[in-house]
Amino acid sequence: MDDLYRELIIDRYKNPQLQGSMDPHDYSYEDDNPLCGDRIRIDVRVDQEGTVTEALFSGEGCAISQASADLLVESIIGKNLDEVKKLSTEHILELLGIQLGPVRIKCALLSLKVLKAGVYGLEELEEELL
Amino acid sequence: MISSIDIQHVKSEFPIFDREIQPGSPIIYLDSAATSQKPRQVIEAITNYYEQSNANIHRGIHKLAEEATKAYESARARIGNFIGARSQREIIFTRNTTESINLVARSWGKANLQPGDTILLTEMEHHSNIVPWQQLAQEIGLNLAFVNVLDNGQIDLEDYHSLLEREPRLVGFTHMSNMLGTINPVADMTRAAHAAGAIVIVDGAQSVPHFPVNVLELDIDFLAFSAHKMCGPTGIGVLYGREELLEEMPPFLGGGDMIKRVELTEFTTNSLPYKFEAGTPAIEAGIGFGAAVEFLESVGMENIRLHEQELTAYALDRLEEVPGVRVYGPAADQKGGVMSFSFEGVHPHDVAQILDSLSIAVRAGHHCAMPLHEKFHLPATTRASFYLYTDKSEIDRLIEGLYKVKEIFN
Ligand SMILES: Cc1ncc(COP(=O)(O)O)c(C=O)c1O
Repeated sequence: MDDLYRELIIDRYKNPQLQGSMDPHDYSYEDDNPLCGDRIRIDVRVDQEGTVTEALFSGEGCAISQASADLLVESIIGKNLDEVKKLSTEHILELLGIQLGPVRIKCALLSLKVLKAGVYGLEELEEELL
Repeated sequence: MISSIDIQHVKSEFPIFDREIQPGSPIIYLDSAATSQKPRQVIEAITNYYEQSNANIHRGIHKLAEEATKAYESARARIGNFIGARSQREIIFTRNTTESINLVARSWGKANLQPGDTILLTEMEHHSNIVPWQQLAQEIGLNLAFVNVLDNGQIDLEDYHSLLEREPRLVGFTHMSNMLGTINPVADMTRAAHAAGAIVIVDGAQSVPHFPVNVLELDIDFLAFSAHKMCGPTGIGVLYGREELLEEMPPFLGGGDMIKRVELTEFTTNSLPYKFEAGTPAIEAGIGFGAAVEFLESVGMENIRLHEQELTAYALDRLEEVPGVRVYGPAADQKGGVMSFSFEGVHPHDVAQILDSLSIAVRAGHHCAMPLHEKFHLPATTRASFYLYTDKSEIDRLIEGLYKVKEIFN
């Protein structure tokens, strides 16, 4: 457990670094996991080259879902959208630094799903994730 | 207080409690509302069938087929007796509660309901007693009405009586809520529904396993329940139906077993209960179900109820102690052994995960009662649920676990 609830995760859950929303934004998307009520919205601004200049998340849910959103958003600032589109499950797990079972992994991946749906369009994304 | 059952003895009947999830820590299983554990008697009945009597039932003219048929049919008789049915013809084997309710919707509903008719349900139903009616409503144009649930977790009986004035054709409600633990006043509710001219279907998934249920005393027309929540195997459940109603209903699925005679363009249906049992059933599960009922009878349903009442009162007291915990549902005397709670500042997933690391199994989510969670403005809750093998020391461990959650998140 002390593995799963690494201080980093609890800390980011309680004191998120990049929580909020932006208007105007270049990309924005929101989704939820109705099974557990986790909800995440991510807003992104990019410059002319398509590099992420600002990104924020908002939402509610379990520590894993919220911490992973905070860490993910932080990790994309300065990245080009092409790189963002290539982010994988491993990226999230690396950020969190833990292994997760099949139920909890959905909590962790919600933010990635939201981010990609925002910058990509949902259909392409589902092909890629599933 | 002297406990109503010998908990150590009861526990020793369940092989799974010999397992240590982590060295030195046996599982603390507080998820019996989802499915119960299985006693040795049930596991042995299933193994014994496969090792000694495996054969298809009903048509075989050989020793094994006769034994298998006898075991399967005596399970049916035992289950019928257990809920006070007048005849085994009223006991239809299905896969589970969900299929039992679907059977009533598809068979009785399609044959008896007209566009514009009303079906009355309650806000505390499991999805399995909502969705089949939504499907039917869409298909033939029915109105669905829902009885309000009060903040204290009880059915709003005033609302119930006023909704009955709309003359619903069918009233469906759960005997006990799988989220709130609320035990509904079934006898009063069926009496009022019948007076209003409705047929009553009761979801007994959480009641039949935990206290005595008698379909005649409660005047229930249809009762649905699942073996797996009452010490029996998965894959088998029962629909009890009053014989006069079942006789009039068209068959549900078509195929072998449910027919008396088949010609190329038509068939005649078999008699009850086989009319509703198409194809080879889960024979070993039926036999296991019979063994489960025998086991429950040997402990005594009244004793199980008393034991769980004691646990419920104790758990409510102890949970209230934990700062930030809020339990939903009525007071102990109206409530079965189901504790759904929220924990301030901590999501149920996180609560369940930390408890799991302490070998404590609880459930986190909406427990197939999304409308009810919405009503209480909860995305999800954590649920601890009890059964005859649960003891107070396990509730103490749960409380310790919740303090650990608090420590991690503070
Ligand atoms: C009140 C209630 N009704 C119906 C069901 C559905 O039971 P099953 O999944 O066995 O069909 C459950 C079980 O989760 C329940 O608790």
